[in-house]
Amino acid sequence: MGLTRGWRSTLVGAGAATLALAAIVGALGPALTVIPIGTLRLVVGGLLLVFGLQWLRKAILRASGWRAVRDEDAVFARERAEAADAPRVERAGLDWYAFTISFKGVLLEGLEVAFIVLTFGSTQGSIPLAALGAGAAVVLVVLTGIVVREPLGRVPENTLAFAVGVMLTTFGIFWGTEGAGVDWPGGDAALFGVLAFVLVTSLAFVTALRRRKLAFA
Amino acid sequence: MKRFGKFWWDFIVGDDWRVAVGIVIAFGLTALLATTSIPAWWVLPLAAASVLWLSLRRVAR
Repeated sequence: MGLTRGWRSTLVGAGAATLALAAIVGALGPALTVIPIGTLRLVVGGLLLVFGLQWLRKAILRASGWRAVRDEDAVFARERAEAADAPRVERAGLDWYAFTISFKGVLLEGLEVAFIVLTFGSTQGSIPLAALGAGAAVVLVVLTGIVVREPLGRVPENTLAFAVGVMLTTFGIFWGTEGAGVDWPGGDAALFGVLAFVLVTSLAFVTALRRRKLAFA
Repeated sequence: MKRFGKFWWDFIVGDDWRVAVGIVIAFGLTALLATTSIPAWWVLPLAAASVLWLSLRRVAR
């Protein structure tokens, strides 16, 4: 958006969304800490599991050839052309198109990240530690972007989506089961067993669907 | 309002609502078994793998 429509309105939109996110997190974070841990784990586990399975489903379909892998260069070119063609409307001294697109993009993607960070932090009893992890990830992504300079086309997007899906599904199963009032055999160490199960099962699904795709070809 | 509802539906449920329904049923079964002496830790992993496979198969056919 910055490259196509100019940086000022784009950065104002992104900044306004960041402030809105901070307000939401500031209000939601303390509220989460008063919910009983069992209830929190049940709800968070359920949501993470549904999120995780959505991510895994898409990543497995792409990895096995049943859905096209996103061509980030083509998406970038298409969206850049759309942004360039959009009419210019000035509001409050800003290019309203650049402002609203940046605001919505940062707010919606940020909400998903904020949800994951808050729920991970609150279920494990340390929101600051989860926020620190998220902050470290932001620094890493920015540094990688600066070093690589052509990030979108080179990032192995589907591998990342697969890894995120495996992690979200694993934590969803683990916390969801605990939230439903069930203890894991081996306690917290069972998390590694769940992770291995989700990973191996997902890879087996990729292999099975690849074979099925070849059989249809 | 409709767009707001669609956003939350897409955000939480996604492409296949059957996955979400399957997980809700699995949670109910886990909670039910938790009140008995039968071990229940295996229900969610098995349910997650099953609903995922069924959802994938609906696309890959």
